[in-house]
Amino acid sequence: HIATSLPLPSERDHLRPRIDLIVFMIDIKSKYSLKNVEASLAYVDASFFLGKVCFLVTGVGRLNSCSVETNAICKLGEAYCSPVIFCELELEGIRVATAQRLLRILQICAGHIPGVSALSFVSLMRNSDDD
Amino acid sequence: ENVDLQKTAFLLRKAWTLYSVTPLYRFRRARLRDYARLLSAFIAAEKQKGLAVEVGVELDIKVAMSSLPDLRGTEQDQAAILVQLSSRSRASSRNSEDKLLWSGWFCSVYGDDFSENVPESFTCLPLFLTHGAESYTAMVGSWFQKTFDCSFRRLAISPLNLSWMVAMWAGCKLDRAASAVELIFSVPHLPQSLDISYAIHPEDAKALWDTVQKTPGEITQEEVDVFMDCLYSHFYRHFKIHLSAAKLVKVSTVVASAHCDGIIKILHSQYLSGVLMLLTELAISQIQ
Repeated sequence: HIATSLPLPSERDHLRPRIDLIVFMIDIKSKYSLKNVEASLAYVDASFFLGKVCFLVTGVGRLNSCSVETNAICKLGEAYCSPVIFCELELEGIRVATAQRLLRILQICAGHIPGVSALSFVSLMRNSDDD
Repeated sequence: ENVDLQKTAFLLRKAWTLYSVTPLYRFRRARLRDYARLLSAFIAAEKQKGLAVEVGVELDIKVAMSSLPDLRGTEQDQAAILVQLSSRSRASSRNSEDKLLWSGWFCSVYGDDFSENVPESFTCLPLFLTHGAESYTAMVGSWFQKTFDCSFRRLAISPLNLSWMVAMWAGCKLDRAASAVELIFSVPHLPQSLDISYAIHPEDAKALWDTVQKTPGEITQEEVDVFMDCLYSHFYRHFKIHLSAAKLVKVSTVVASAHCDGIIKILHSQYLSGVLMLLTELAISQIQ
């Protein structure tokens, strides 16, 4: 399911399946996309931040068109204990690899991989901070 | 800031194309005359090869190289080097003046952090500015590359850096009347490209910056963000367009104007040092 912002329209709540993963997409070329994501984060229930949220930053191949400071995005990831993935959608190889990564994350969040749950992401992130 | 205004007058009000240059190997300032002669011979040879600029016009290209000792930040910076290509048409009379065809200059303003870490035999002049036909730039560039083992790259200026520039320069105090602060955005993903020009009265822009900036002489990313956000929300209130989703491609203030393709025009000598310092920094970060 794709939405341009949150909250999702309430009329369709009863038809919506369970949400296992939320990917917030930030276009490094658009300051607006960052602001939009920041505003939408307020509508996400706290339980999602236990590994069911990640930030996907696109457009990193064109740093010359960069309108957003990458530091600000990394700080956002830290503040919400969620991983930040950088990618370039215009390059097919990276596009495919990123899609595969997201699919893997989704499988874990949906509980399809025995022995690994979404909580693993949170502990992985905290470990790298302690280094 | 004791820059001789006479000597730097040539910089002002010209559109300079920006490049970053890696350090020059075994460059000797004392040999500038020799280098000028060698470059002149190189250009003549290129023309013989058929890489002439203008067809049908016989031009003798004269090369002049000079040192500009005042154009630097600190004593640790290398003084700027100016290269000028002029022509005297063979067909014209003896009294005709040389016509300046192309100029380019290398400089480093407060680039000490970079030059400190470079071995003795290298000369650091990371910023290169050119004005004139691209074909001459290519010839001069390839001669320098061959002779000093350096490499040139066009210096692109990202929207992030452009917003720093407009915030800094809009806040500059100037003695005389200022021209409007203008920001030009290009809107992506449309069948026909659309450019939006946002002009602000210079007094308003300065007043806004003054309320945002906490410490005079210091600028933080947060302050630049707040300044730009104010401009964006003001525009949105009137036109219902989110400029933050568009690409900032050009900024223009009374101090200087800059384009994302790496083109700069310095309009006022008062802040010359500050502008060059920022450009030197951008050039260095592109090299590293």
